[in-house]
Amino acid sequence: MNLILRPVAAEFSKILTTRMWWILALVLFGYIALIACGLAALFGGLDSGAISPDAVNSGGGTAGLTGLGSIPPLIYSFAASVGYVFPVLLGALATTGEFRHQTLTPTFLATPKRGRVLGAKTVALIVMGAALGVVALAASVGIGALVLGGFGIDPLLADGETWGLIGRTVLAMAVWAVIGVGLGVLVPSQVASIVIVLAFTQFIEPLLRFASTFTQITADIGKFLPGAASDALVGESFFTLASPGGAVLTSWQGGLVLLAYGLLATAAGYFISWKRDVT
Amino acid sequence: MPLGAVIEFTNITKKFGQVTAVNDLSFTVEPGRVTGFLGPNGAGKTTTLRMLLGLVAPTSGTATFGGLRYRDLARPLNTVGAALEAANFHPGRTAAHHLGVYTTAAGIPRTRVAEVLHTVGLAEHATQRVGGYSLGMRQRLGLAYSLLGDPGVLVLDEPINGLDPEGIKWIRGFLSSMAAEGRTVLVSSHLLSEVQQSVDDVIIIAKGELVHSGPLSSLDTDIAPQVIVDSPDRDALVTALTEAGLAFTSGRTGLIVAVPDPGQVGHIAFAAGVELNVLHRQKAGLEDSFLALVEGGDSL
Ligand SMILES: Nc1ncnc2c1ncn2[C@@H]1O[C@H](COP(=O)(O)OP(=O)(O)O)[C@@H](O)[C@H]1O
Ligand SMILES: [Mg+2]
Repeated sequence: MNLILRPVAAEFSKILTTRMWWILALVLFGYIALIACGLAALFGGLDSGAISPDAVNSGGGTAGLTGLGSIPPLIYSFAASVGYVFPVLLGALATTGEFRHQTLTPTFLATPKRGRVLGAKTVALIVMGAALGVVALAASVGIGALVLGGFGIDPLLADGETWGLIGRTVLAMAVWAVIGVGLGVLVPSQVASIVIVLAFTQFIEPLLRFASTFTQITADIGKFLPGAASDALVGESFFTLASPGGAVLTSWQGGLVLLAYGLLATAAGYFISWKRDVT
Repeated sequence: MPLGAVIEFTNITKKFGQVTAVNDLSFTVEPGRVTGFLGPNGAGKTTTLRMLLGLVAPTSGTATFGGLRYRDLARPLNTVGAALEAANFHPGRTAAHHLGVYTTAAGIPRTRVAEVLHTVGLAEHATQRVGGYSLGMRQRLGLAYSLLGDPGVLVLDEPINGLDPEGIKWIRGFLSSMAAEGRTVLVSSHLLSEVQQSVDDVIIIAKGELVHSGPLSSLDTDIAPQVIVDSPDRDALVTALTEAGLAFTSGRTGLIVAVPDPGQVGHIAFAAGVELNVLHRQKAGLEDSFLALVEGGDSL
């Protein structure tokens, strides 16, 4: 038992004794809070008539949304649909940092069974990813509900579905951290890893998802993209709303697809970099 | 008292692609002694030690501690303490946190962190981020890591590199005291002079192959012996030696003749009727012996 718990505890201690985790948590909170606050104020203003729909150059879609009760979950879902890049970064930094700072040497000296170390890191990052999920939700739900309430809109906090969304968001953020670990062992170069995370999440995948909606066949493939799978898991997102009628996975399918990405990447990375000579 | 185990390398070989870094190396390292693992840069010392510690997979052969491979040790950090390069740290972590990570991983009491930092003289820098450490301080921190589990075996790769003179003096005494307690101490260096005051045994490699092993005194032998000879009439001596067909060079204190036996030189002078005022054998220094052994290796 100790042989499993000790490496996990050591991985937690590695994360918590450097500054990266709280820097990411802080930026994540600020970023999501800003979005949630802005959107809640926008929709609240539209709903209460403080902002006339004509003043917002967003066509009929937005106006159609107001008053539908789908606004609170939409705002809350930004925790995962925008925030997911943070657990990926934390996971990727946790693995690539070991290569970059050559801490694999003391790590493997203390725990020579390397698979155990990678497993422990995955477990620790699942928990850290979930914690980042809580931070993101504190911003999207905490701030979002406050602002919505200020405009007299029911933030739906008594609604079971809202709490389901919150739980699935935490789950999604935890799995995204596993994907980060997997990416880190697949691409041990820290700079390359970070560039891939940012380019893929901020640019390539959104474009692919958008382009895939043009035909039925591509849409059937596009729904398996990690971001799409994540949105399916969370069950609510700006993207799903923006492409009505688009193919989506069910929530649990999305979760499994996302987890498969993380575990496959980690397993492949184990053979590609983790098992290699440490020179 | 932790008991030192015998380290045993058996026909160990490592190839990096086309490069053979270590070639069919076999030797043992005994407890209770400090063993110097010597060879020029690029000789394969680090690669050999990393194979011993399970960090590099040998192409063939084995390396064991008391018959067990590193990865099969039940409590590795409590059995073997190793310090490799000086750069195995996250610069943003403090020294105490750095060590704390590995006490946690190995199930070693947290109190050891302060103890080993005190031992290596880093107590007052314990809460400083390692990024701000000097090379010498990093060396000490690496050593502190190796001591966490109070191991019976110490494996140190170039631990003297980057230490200040005070640190060098300290580590020499430290290595000797560890061996005196019955531990196995294997310490690598590319300079014999760095370790010659503290090692009992030497293992010398060049280009990945064993060239010498034995007690330090075994280096102090006739590997490159010479006879120094001089005469009030040096020209006559030169003629006599030339006629006898001996190779020699002119030195500061006389002629240096490349033969081991002073009697042979004395006899030649006597037969030629040349008076001698200097005649003795000069043993090559340890460093000369070392250089002679590894010559053909890369430059030091
Ligand atoms: N990861 C590696 N890939 C390729 N060659 C290597 C690697 N590590 C070491 N070598 C080569 O192996 C030889 C021995 O290196 P090393 O063990 O570091 O020697 P030493 O520690 O005695 O200076 C050198 O020729 C070095 O270039
Ligand atoms: Mg070396």
